[in-house]
Amino acid sequence: MSTQLSSGAAPERKVPPTSVRGAAMRGVVARPGREAVEAKGWLRAHKWLLLRRASQLGILALFLVGPWLGWWIVKGNLSSSLTLGVLPLTDPFLVAQQLAAGQWPYQEALLGAGIVLAFYLLFGGRLFCAWVCPVNLVTDAAAWLRRRLGLKGGKVPSGSTRYWLLGFVLVIAAATGSLAWEWVNPVSMFHRGLIFGFGLAWGIVGGIFLYDLLIAPRGWCGHLCPQGAFYALIGRAAVVKVSADRRSACNDCMDCFAVCPEPQVIRPALKGVGQDHPLILDADCTTCGRCVDVCGKDVFRITTRFNRSES
Amino acid sequence: MAMNDKVQSTGRAEPAAPASRRRFLKDAAGVAGGAGLLALGAGMYAKQASALPATAIRPPGALPEDDFLAACVRCGLCVRDCPYKTLKLAELGDGVATGTPYFEARDIPCEMCEDIPCVVACPTGALDRTLVDIGKAKMGLAVLIDQENCLNFLGLRCDVCYRVCPVIDQAITLERIHNPRSDRHAMLLPTVHSEYCTGCGKCEKACVLPGESAIKVLPIKLAQGSKAEHYLRGWEEKEAAGRSLIGDQVELPVRGLEGKAYGDTRVEPGQGPQGGAPVPDYAPAKPAGGGLDSGWKP
Repeated sequence: MSTQLSSGAAPERKVPPTSVRGAAMRGVVARPGREAVEAKGWLRAHKWLLLRRASQLGILALFLVGPWLGWWIVKGNLSSSLTLGVLPLTDPFLVAQQLAAGQWPYQEALLGAGIVLAFYLLFGGRLFCAWVCPVNLVTDAAAWLRRRLGLKGGKVPSGSTRYWLLGFVLVIAAATGSLAWEWVNPVSMFHRGLIFGFGLAWGIVGGIFLYDLLIAPRGWCGHLCPQGAFYALIGRAAVVKVSADRRSACNDCMDCFAVCPEPQVIRPALKGVGQDHPLILDADCTTCGRCVDVCGKDVFRITTRFNRSES
Repeated sequence: MAMNDKVQSTGRAEPAAPASRRRFLKDAAGVAGGAGLLALGAGMYAKQASALPATAIRPPGALPEDDFLAACVRCGLCVRDCPYKTLKLAELGDGVATGTPYFEARDIPCEMCEDIPCVVACPTGALDRTLVDIGKAKMGLAVLIDQENCLNFLGLRCDVCYRVCPVIDQAITLERIHNPRSDRHAMLLPTVHSEYCTGCGKCEKACVLPGESAIKVLPIKLAQGSKAEHYLRGWEEKEAAGRSLIGDQVELPVRGLEGKAYGDTRVEPGQGPQGGAPVPDYAPAKPAGGGLDSGWKP
């Protein structure tokens, strides 16, 4: 569902039989990136994955060295935090719910939400999903296991469910006058659980893992999570984008489709469907860079939205 | 979207416009309905589970529970800045709204820091910064709830709840009353005064009973009845007006109590019917026909 249709007539490009349907083959492709490892070496074929894991775990570590070692670099959790006693950061998704529930927060929370909002507005909304959110570790693990076990099919809800859910989350906050979603929100619950203790929240995280593994491939992050939908909306005009700038070299191996958490975003850029430039502008793209890693032909790279060049 | 694409590719060739529009509307209704149900479920769960257990006390300055649940983003900054590790974030299954801060007085009570760091730390206003004097905090209200096991109510001098109270002699006083059981001792009953009690819970923590405490901090809503606004308290009205509203009352003298204030029936030593005769010492009744007399005297 491309929203940035290029104006004017797209050049007549013959569309190969690769499509979103190729995503359904991710069960078939058990080890995407094998070609890339042969062509580029293991390290380069996992560059963005390793960087991303470093980012996710590093951010988690910043929160954890306080309670574990007593080094208070960051206090709080992803919902709201204070870094080095000066920098407030607040999840704008929570402030949005709070405002919907009829509460006006203090300046710290507003300022913190503003800083976070500005960052994702500028650099890419769903960077949060791929580079920060701890649930990504869980759903990536489920997707990996699903590929390895060769589990096929499943029942996936429509990808637009998350946007509806986002709307209803705010409506419910207004109707109940409380942060109703935060009672069950697996994203904030998982991060908070890691830092402050879980209780029964393991059940919810385990439920998401099993849902993604057994019922719906990429079901939570790719179809249901209203927090991801919120960040996708923020990042519509963000700068950092993936470009299929060497798409002429594509050999239709389908590895990128197999590994992409939002495979529907690839085709417009890679195959020039509905657009003539090679940029992946769909807001659902999490800019995780896995397509860059697994491509043996170096088709993709991470660049800015202003770079529409093709080589 | 993946689904639409799949449907299109497997579906029969149909005349495009109306059928696909119908299908789109059907899909959209299904998706919206599903998402709506999910959100409704979350909302109803939240509403149903938002009753706070009586032993869970919110931090000082917490907004009324309904507003608190709208304002608290569950970040735990108050927990981090609590120097005594009193506050904790509720975990799923604790019975308190997941991720919100609370404490249990019997576990670790509030030490009533003068700078109230938890309130200062809150970025959202769930803890109200207009609270600057911890003495004005109303986290809950202590109630001496078990008068059968409280040692002071048994006539002993435990007094521990009274001694540890940070607002001693105001929030908790010892009220001296006659012990009707021994008929010759006093009981000093710990008595909580809602005007001064902050609900810190130090009394509940300190209660010497082995398991549950006899004095407990409860949410104010549970601990206090609502005031009978329709009932005018004559003595308060009298004080406010400076005179009795129903005119002076006739005070008849009581024989034998001349020279005492009206209503004062206390008997001083040397007064009373015996007119100064010494009170005979207590002697336990001896069972008729002998038996052992241990000679014990109280």
